[in-house]
Amino acid sequence: MMDDLRELYQEVIFDHNRNPRNFHVMENANRTVEGFNPLCGDRLTLYLNVQADIIEDASFQGSGCAISTASVSLMTEMVKGMTEQEAQNMFKIFQKITTGKDDDVKLEELGKLQVLAGVKDYPARVKCATLAWHTLDAAIKNEEKSVSTE
Amino acid sequence: MSSLGSEGLAVGFSDRGLDVDKVRADFPILSRTVRGKPLVYLDNAATAQKPRSVIDAISHFYENDYSNIHRGVHTLSERSTVLYEEVREKVQKFINARSEKEIIFLRGTTEAINLVAQSYGGANVGPGDEILISAMEHHSNIVPWQMLCQRIGAVLKVAPINTDGELLLDEFAALLSDKTRLVSITHMSNALGSINPVEEIIGLAHQKGIPVLLDGAQAIPHMAVDVQKLDCDFYAFSGHKLYGPSGIGVLYGKSELLEAMPPYQGGGDMIRRVTFEETEYNRLPYKFEAGTPNIADTVGLGAALDYLCTIGMDSVACYEQQLLDYVTQKAMELDGLRLVGTAANKGAILSFVLDKVHPHDIGTVLDHYGIAIRAGHHCAMPVMDFFQVPATARASFAMYNTCEEVDVLMQGLKEVIEVFG
Ligand SMILES: Cc1ncc(COP(=O)(O)O)c(C=O)c1O
Repeated sequence: MMDDLRELYQEVIFDHNRNPRNFHVMENANRTVEGFNPLCGDRLTLYLNVQADIIEDASFQGSGCAISTASVSLMTEMVKGMTEQEAQNMFKIFQKITTGKDDDVKLEELGKLQVLAGVKDYPARVKCATLAWHTLDAAIKNEEKSVSTE
Repeated sequence: MSSLGSEGLAVGFSDRGLDVDKVRADFPILSRTVRGKPLVYLDNAATAQKPRSVIDAISHFYENDYSNIHRGVHTLSERSTVLYEEVREKVQKFINARSEKEIIFLRGTTEAINLVAQSYGGANVGPGDEILISAMEHHSNIVPWQMLCQRIGAVLKVAPINTDGELLLDEFAALLSDKTRLVSITHMSNALGSINPVEEIIGLAHQKGIPVLLDGAQAIPHMAVDVQKLDCDFYAFSGHKLYGPSGIGVLYGKSELLEAMPPYQGGGDMIRRVTFEETEYNRLPYKFEAGTPNIADTVGLGAALDYLCTIGMDSVACYEQQLLDYVTQKAMELDGLRLVGTAANKGAILSFVLDKVHPHDIGTVLDHYGIAIRAGHHCAMPVMDFFQVPATARASFAMYNTCEEVDVLMQGLKEVIEVFG
C-alpha cells in the first residue's frame, strides 16, 4: 500500500476494524445512544454504564467503515474509568486534532487515539472518526435519543 | 482501435461510431492527474465532466453577448434573448417535444419534480388520493411527493422491486387505482442502473387516465429520449449530468397539462400584466419561469446538446453498453464482490459491495489511484434498506470512459481486497 494511505490506515486501525473491542450489547447499561452518519450510512449504538460521574463500562454495536469502527473501538477502551468531564475533554482535543484546529493542543494528549490523526488530511472522512465521540457526548449529556453527524 | 480492453474483449468498439480518443480530447479535465495518477473519473452519475465547447460557450457568452433577457430593446438584451430561446428549441429537438412551449427551464431535476408536485399536485390531488412511485427512486422523487401528501392528506404508494433491482410490473399495475392521480417514476435508477420499462408503465397508467412523470436525470445522458414516442406527460432532467453546466435543468410537460396548471413561483417574466388587484399570467413556457433565469448556463446547455448531436445518442448508448458488459464481467471475477443491481436492462452503472470492506474505505483507497467513484447511499436510502446494505460503492460510466480505465479500476479493487481482506 502507498505511504500516504498508510498515514490514514495505520496497522492499529486495521486491527481494531478486524477485531473491534467491546463489541457487544451491554445488559446493565444505563445510557444507550444511537449515532448515525447519514453521509455513509454508518450506524452505531453506544452503551455506557455510568456510576456517579465515572464511566465504569463502555461497549458498542453497529457497522461502519474501518475508520469509524476503529475510532469507536479505541474510544470504548479509552474512556473506561474516565470521569465524564475527562471524556468530554478528550472529545474536544480529538475534534481539534482531526479538524486541524490544533494550535493549543498537542498530538501526544490523544494517547492511543493518535493513530486516527491522519484523517485531518481527509475532510470527507473526519466525520467517520468523530461519530463515536459525538455519540458519547450525547450519552454523557444524557440525551436518550439518536445523534447524527449532519 | 483505441478502446481495447487488456484482453481485447472490446474489439469493434470504435467501429460503432464513437471515437473515444477523440471524445476524451474534448474534455480538458480528463487530462489532469489526481494524487499523481491520471484521473479515472467514474462518478458520472453524480455529475458529468464538461467538453471544452461548453466551457468556451459560457465564457464567450459572458465576454460578448451577456445581458438580461426578455426585457431590454438594446442590442445585448436582444442577443441574449435570442441565444437563450435558441436553446429551448435545441432541447425541444433533442427530446422531440411537439413544441418549444413545452420546455421549461429550471435549476434541475429536483426543481422540476417539485414544480409538478406543487403546481400539478396542488391543483389535482385531494385528500385520500394517491401518488404512485417506485422503490428505486432518488430522494428527489420521493420527498416532494411526501411533502405534498402530508400537506393534502394524500397517500404515497410505492411499487416494489425484485432482488435484481427490477420493477415488479404486475405489482405496479395492481397499485394503479381509481384514486391514483399521478405516477412519478425514474427512467433509470441512479443507485442500481436499472432502466425501467417506461413504455409499459405509461401504457398501463394511461389506460386508467393517469398521467406519468419520468425522472430522466440518469437516463438522458445514456440514451436517445423521444418524449412523444414515450408519450410521457412530464419528463425532468438536469443539465449537469448531460455534460452541461450545473444550475440548469428542464421540465418537459405536455402543453395541455401545463396550460391548465397554476404557476409555481411568482415574480418577473411569468406575468403579462400586474396590478395590485390581480395579475394576468404569461403564456407558456414563461408562466413557469419567474425571475431572471440562469442565462449563461442555459447557453452552456445548448452547447452540450450541440456536442452530443455530433456524436449521436445511439452511438453513446451502444458504446456504453459494451463498456458495461466489460466492467460487469471483470467485476464478477473478483472474489468477495457482490453487485447491487443486476437488472436485465441496465445503464452503465456498477453498484457493488465488497466483503469486509466498507464502501467509504473503497472510495478513499481508489482515490489514491486517481479513481473517482461514489461511496454512500446515493440519495436512495430506501434502496439501501431493501438490499440491506448501509451503502454501496458505485462506478458510473460516461461516453468518455474506456476499457483501460476499467482495468485500472479492477487493479485498484484488487489492492483494496488485498489490504482489507
Ligand atoms: C435519478 C435521479 N433523480 C433526480 C436527481 C436529482 O438531480 P439534481 O440534483 O440535478 O436536481 C438525481 C441526481 O442525482 C438522480 O440521479
